Amino acid sequence: MKLLLTGNYAAAYAVRDAQPDVISAYPITPQTPIIEKLAEFIDSGELKAKFVRVESEHSAMAALIGAASVGARTYTATSSQGLLYMYEVVWWAAGARLPIVMGLVTRALGPPWNIWSDHADFFTVRSSGWTMLFASSAQEVYDLTLIAYCVAEHRDVLLPALVAWDAFEVSHTYEPVELVEDATRLLPPKGAWAPPLAAEDPASLGNLAYPEEYAETRRLMVEAVRRVPLVFAEAAGRLRELTGRDYSRGYECYRCEDAETVFIAMGSVYGEVRSAVDALRARGVPVGALKVWLYRPFPYEGVARVLDGKKMAIVLSRTTSLGAMGPLATDVATALALKGCSVKLVEFSAGVGGVDVTEDDVVAMYKAALEREGGTYFWRGR
Amino acid sequence: MGEVKQIRTLKEIPREELFAPGHRLCAGCGIPQLVRLVLKAVPGPKVVVNATGCLEVATTIFPYTSWGVPWVHIAFENAAAVASGIEAAFKVLERKYGYKRPKVIVFAGDGGTFDIGFQALSGALERGHDMIYICYDNEAYMNTGIQRSGATPKGAHTTTSPAGKVIPGKLERKKNLIEIAVAHGIRYAATMNPAYPVDMYNKIAKAASVQGPTVLHYFTPCPTGWYFDPSRSIEVARLAVQTRIWPLYEYEEGKYRITVPVKEPKPIEEYFKLQGRFRHLLEPENRWLLEEIKREVEENWNRLLRLAQQS
Repeated sequence: MKLLLTGNYAAAYAVRDAQPDVISAYPITPQTPIIEKLAEFIDSGELKAKFVRVESEHSAMAALIGAASVGARTYTATSSQGLLYMYEVVWWAAGARLPIVMGLVTRALGPPWNIWSDHADFFTVRSSGWTMLFASSAQEVYDLTLIAYCVAEHRDVLLPALVAWDAFEVSHTYEPVELVEDATRLLPPKGAWAPPLAAEDPASLGNLAYPEEYAETRRLMVEAVRRVPLVFAEAAGRLRELTGRDYSRGYECYRCEDAETVFIAMGSVYGEVRSAVDALRARGVPVGALKVWLYRPFPYEGVARVLDGKKMAIVLSRTTSLGAMGPLATDVATALALKGCSVKLVEFSAGVGGVDVTEDDVVAMYKAALEREGGTYFWRGR
Repeated sequence: MGEVKQIRTLKEIPREELFAPGHRLCAGCGIPQLVRLVLKAVPGPKVVVNATGCLEVATTIFPYTSWGVPWVHIAFENAAAVASGIEAAFKVLERKYGYKRPKVIVFAGDGGTFDIGFQALSGALERGHDMIYICYDNEAYMNTGIQRSGATPKGAHTTTSPAGKVIPGKLERKKNLIEIAVAHGIRYAATMNPAYPVDMYNKIAKAASVQGPTVLHYFTPCPTGWYFDPSRSIEVARLAVQTRIWPLYEYEEGKYRITVPVKEPKPIEEYFKLQGRFRHLLEPENRWLLEEIKREVEENWNRLLRLAQQS
């Protein structure tokens, strides 16, 4: 079935199809339409879940940690200040090994107060143990949300997963979205994972642990995160069989094979990047583009394989990373260093706080990057 | 609220223990007594949510646990929110898959209730989740080493409200937790004290019989933070009631009842002189503060009497 949906509604439809037991969320622009739609689905009987309408994002995540601890499938969504307000328990969800799924509509952090897209909120949880996916269209929001449940609840993983997408360009823009006819063919069945707490089992969860035991829980998390790419690829493979859409590598390449320069981006700007690649190619400039879907764990090997032998990599970061290169550019640099690749790396902070980045901007970035040394630059437009 | 079996003597309290000894709570601490009685008085399956604090750190040091019931700790400020999620989950899981629904019980200290957990508690009470919320109140942040909280009484010395030459301890009043809870329109709330275990047991049993949120406020003497000999813990607790500093009362569906009447109150000085945290209040230069505290204790008692008479 194909519907015309915004990115936020696509998320709500994916959640409806995943049939969680408990939803808990707090309103924040630009996330709010997701939970409004979910409330409608519950009201119409299409979604058989309990919606805990909490008094804050911190309580939203806390409520889901409680609910998931006893075996409920869960969902929440937030943005920006909301994510930072729940930050403490975002880490707790991962440490407690609970397969919570969250939607994050990326939005700038204040001040100044700004409701438009910026990825600063997204990057703050990159070391927490959450599987982090980034969607660049409403279709990807729908697909990756379903995949997020498959990865999170897999017994080899048991870690929370989040799917992020840009405020307004994706969250509020209508696009055709093809739904999966029977999502149960994709999703893990009830009972696929054993919750840590059951009414009849007197277990204690969230104990005080001395250094050795604490370290051991973290080591087990490291192992679990290592298994994510394989589990992600399996789930994406099942989705591909059902729909033909393929996310299994965790990233997408566009005209990279014979390219000398590759643009790397996440989110809605990737559309402009592809158009710019076509425009530059039309002028005989050998460029390509790489879009990252699976941000954590980062696909170092795959990215390095794509970039190996290229002359230049240009990372578009929709945020400012004060005092150091941005996280995505740092990850790309790490991928290159691990493989021993010598590729000039230029990062542009572009689209910060919702600033529009056009195809012409991306073309101009290419020219600017040629003239500059490797490093990070703030893009103020042409 | 339906008929709830009330006991009259200690002998009627069930013998089964669901809270094991060997934990690291201090000698003379009032918390274990509360937990033991709660786990006895709440019938059927139960899940305990515990905010960060003395009870949490002292009873679940991995790989040990004192808890014979499912127990979960998820940070400091969110016990009521965690309990909300568990309660909601069990409601859905019962409907969808036939899970047995346990009673959700929260234990949080005064810091986790009056201060950092206040918002989460208010939200949970407003939403009406079926849970018993129990605040064990030792009147300061004892787990981190005796810092003042919104529950620290006026005049008390703590490490962040030290009684010195200029300032004689904490100058602000203690919040009234029961009134705050009742203002949410809940059906049952009560105060409890370890020197009155039968009163305590009956209140827990009543709270357990309510569908919806209830709040129990428990006075727990803290020898470590109040500076008194651990062997005098129950004596201190009893004096708090006998001086009318800690009235034992309950609110039930619009009605107030003083459950332990105190006709002839003992002088507040008797309670104060036992505890290092109040000793400075007996110095002549702090007489004004002692008088102020006495006046407030009397006002509070008279207010409760009026509420009970109106009921």
